[in-house]
Amino acid sequence: MNAQNYIKLDFPSQSCNEAFARTAAAAFAAQLDPTLEEIGDIKTAVSEAVTNCIVHAYPKEIGRISMRLRILPDGQLEISVRDWGCGIENVEQAMKPLFTTGGEERGGMGFTIMDSFMDRLRVRSAPGKGTTVVMVRALRQRRKRI
Amino acid sequence: MNIHTAFSAGRLTLYLSGELDHHEARSAAGLIDQLLDEYLPRDCAVDMSGLNFMDSSGIAVIIRISRRLKDMGGRVWIENPAGQPRRVLDASGIDRLVPVAISR
Repeated sequence: MNAQNYIKLDFPSQSCNEAFARTAAAAFAAQLDPTLEEIGDIKTAVSEAVTNCIVHAYPKEIGRISMRLRILPDGQLEISVRDWGCGIENVEQAMKPLFTTGGEERGGMGFTIMDSFMDRLRVRSAPGKGTTVVMVRALRQRRKRI
Repeated sequence: MNIHTAFSAGRLTLYLSGELDHHEARSAAGLIDQLLDEYLPRDCAVDMSGLNFMDSSGIAVIIRISRRLKDMGGRVWIENPAGQPRRVLDASGIDRLVPVAISR
């Protein structure tokens, strides 16, 4: 399936870019005429995915994060967040609620929230090579304005 | 984000406003630690009516406040969450640890 429209953003893993990334994602998704609740869900999932890169993928360095958003032909929004950081040893364990390697500043809820706010969540990771999180959200089809 | 406070009869209310993400959470947690040390409250209410955005970093801040109050023999709860922050609270199941009061 060809994507109808897409954006790709590359940015360094500085925490001030968390707000930028989720705001950019919301601005791109706006062309699908989402509800306020859907916008909130997209911003939340992007914030969690980007924060994971900053905290876990690049714990001691500033690295590259690449975010891609695509509108699929059936109107679904696909969000992909990729890093080239340390990777995840055990993806299944990392996705369990309350599991965290981030100490007491983290709650271990990131993947749980991404999973509950998106329709599909896929995580691919290789230790030492990086992680890609792909999320898909179907936005409620509303009657087109004339 | 901003934090305003009110203190009365042993109860400290923290009014959170703006956006609480990982970038904001570290300074927010530090400031809240200072406020708890300063007021030594018996109860602590976290008012979220002014919060526009929160992610799991906000949940971690709430858990931290909850641990501090437990150590001090006090109670903590969340008041007036709305919109996106309320959906994050619901998804996290935080209400099993910290009561959530929705009054408006």
